[in-house]
Amino acid sequence: MNHGAIFVIARLTLREAFRRRLLWALVGLTLVLVVATGWLFGKASELSPLEGGTQQLVLSQLLVMIAFMFSFVLTMTAAFAASPAIGPEIENGLLLAVLARPVRRADVLLGRWLGLAVVVVGYALAAGYLEIGAVWLTTNYTPLDPLAAPIYLAGETLILLTLAIVFSTRIAPVASGAIAVVAFGLAWMGGVAGGVGNVLNNDTLRNAGFVAHLALPSDVLWGGAMYALEPPPAVLAAAGDQARIFTISPFFAGTTPPLEWLAWCAVWIVAALAIGVLLLRRREL
Amino acid sequence: MGAAGVATRPAPTERAPVIETRELRKQFGRIVALAGLTMTVRRGEVFGFLGPNGAGKTTAVKLLLGLSAPSAGQGRVLGAPLGDLDTRQRIGYLPELFRYQGWMTAREVLALHCELARLPQSSRPTGIDEALELVGLADRSNDRVETFSKGMQQRLGLGVALLGRPELVVLDEPTSALDPVGRQDVRAIIGALSARGVTVFLNSHLLTEVERVCDRVAIVDRGRVVAELTMADLVVGGGVRVRVTGLPDAAAVAGRFGRTRLDGEWLVVDAIAAEAVPSLVAAIVSGGGAVHAVMPSHHTLEERFLSLLGAAHDGPADGAAPPSGPETRA
Repeated sequence: MNHGAIFVIARLTLREAFRRRLLWALVGLTLVLVVATGWLFGKASELSPLEGGTQQLVLSQLLVMIAFMFSFVLTMTAAFAASPAIGPEIENGLLLAVLARPVRRADVLLGRWLGLAVVVVGYALAAGYLEIGAVWLTTNYTPLDPLAAPIYLAGETLILLTLAIVFSTRIAPVASGAIAVVAFGLAWMGGVAGGVGNVLNNDTLRNAGFVAHLALPSDVLWGGAMYALEPPPAVLAAAGDQARIFTISPFFAGTTPPLEWLAWCAVWIVAALAIGVLLLRRREL
Repeated sequence: MGAAGVATRPAPTERAPVIETRELRKQFGRIVALAGLTMTVRRGEVFGFLGPNGAGKTTAVKLLLGLSAPSAGQGRVLGAPLGDLDTRQRIGYLPELFRYQGWMTAREVLALHCELARLPQSSRPTGIDEALELVGLADRSNDRVETFSKGMQQRLGLGVALLGRPELVVLDEPTSALDPVGRQDVRAIIGALSARGVTVFLNSHLLTEVERVCDRVAIVDRGRVVAELTMADLVVGGGVRVRVTGLPDAAAVAGRFGRTRLDGEWLVVDAIAAEAVPSLVAAIVSGGGAVHAVMPSHHTLEERFLSLLGAAHDGPADGAAPPSGPETRA
């Protein structure tokens, strides 16, 4: 494989992203959102009659919900950035001139993926840390693992980006983006079903969650993000019975994702990219 | 232009083959795009690949460049099997469906292709300037491609194809978006490439363009080469025009020498062998006619193209070549 070509295509993708207004519009909106939510958190904290561990629990749940919305924005961004990455460039002839060079189809797919991955992961990390920083500034709330939470979100985005880019080798951009977003929703619901199955000790629901995680492990990483944004266990313990109601919420994770599931996320990305390369190689130009 | 440029080099048949294909076939499901392409293009030739729409010309180009895999058959380009990655460094290609990154400037597009083609870093700035100059885009080099007209984008595509001084340049309908001045420029560029010993594979359905620049052509129809000829063979056509008076039934008298028709005082005899011309003249004179002039009959390329396609269509209906195989006079 021509690693040089992968990096040339990745750089090209990055340059294209930075020249498009969409990325800068997204950055601007994110900054507005961070300022607005920071202010909201400050007000909520100031006016809340709650205190101690309970207040921290409420703040964590608010933060998790904002993170959930943010993860949806990230998913949409990844899906709609990646879905036109390959197919339209074949149809409009742009890739003909590129592939007539000493460049393999795999180089194009992996280069596009790498370039977009740098954009979405960079955006997820920057926006995630800004948000956590804004909440800390206005409320003094420090989640369990503030460094890990945006990394989990970035990983989740990477999975959706991979899915959309694989679809983009064969499916029209709008359909490809829409399928990726719907798949994200289904995976989340599968994760919620699995969580409910655990609480109710119901094997059917638990298995549904397991299958959903296998098929699209984005929810595994979302679970990691939620856990990282929750208060430390000592705070939860101090909150006592009041904490228990939160533990059955779909926005609560009792543990960090097991290592084997994190490994599965990495394997899933590699396998999906391999399938994408195979699909692209079999496509007629 | 092309023929004149190769006058001092070895005869075409002595030069090394740059493109060789044997029974190259491409099928999309049940549709046969290329039924069995067999041809040879030699170093330094300007080779025209002619055919009607849907004849399989662009499919053939994609197979040669490794952009598509053949369903059967084999081929070599610049000595390597079709699709060889490293060989692509030595090939320049202007696609029929040309499109370049609209958000980049012309210079940036060329720089990108320098990187993709793995050209030495030191030669890139000069190569880019040369290409821009050659295709007439030097004064628009820092403008975004999306502000270019179709013709300018095609010029840019030609510049991209010429980067790195390739040994083989494949041009797929290179003047489809150009005005007459642009077409003339492209002909001049092809002439310069030919003079430099670069092999040019010109895929076109514009007969006048092919007539002016090519040394040799292959006529392809329904996925097969129906004729592979030098330009001289293609346009001369092997007929004579004889100016005859005093013989009203001259056409009947000459009938045994070939297809005949009368054009005023001129008797036109098609497909007559050169050695049979004195016998034709003798037959007219012995029949009582007076012969004032005998001239070779030149077909236009269009006439010859249509007659070759007509002959191919009169053959087997499944797209296969006539039993005698393609007409070849290289």
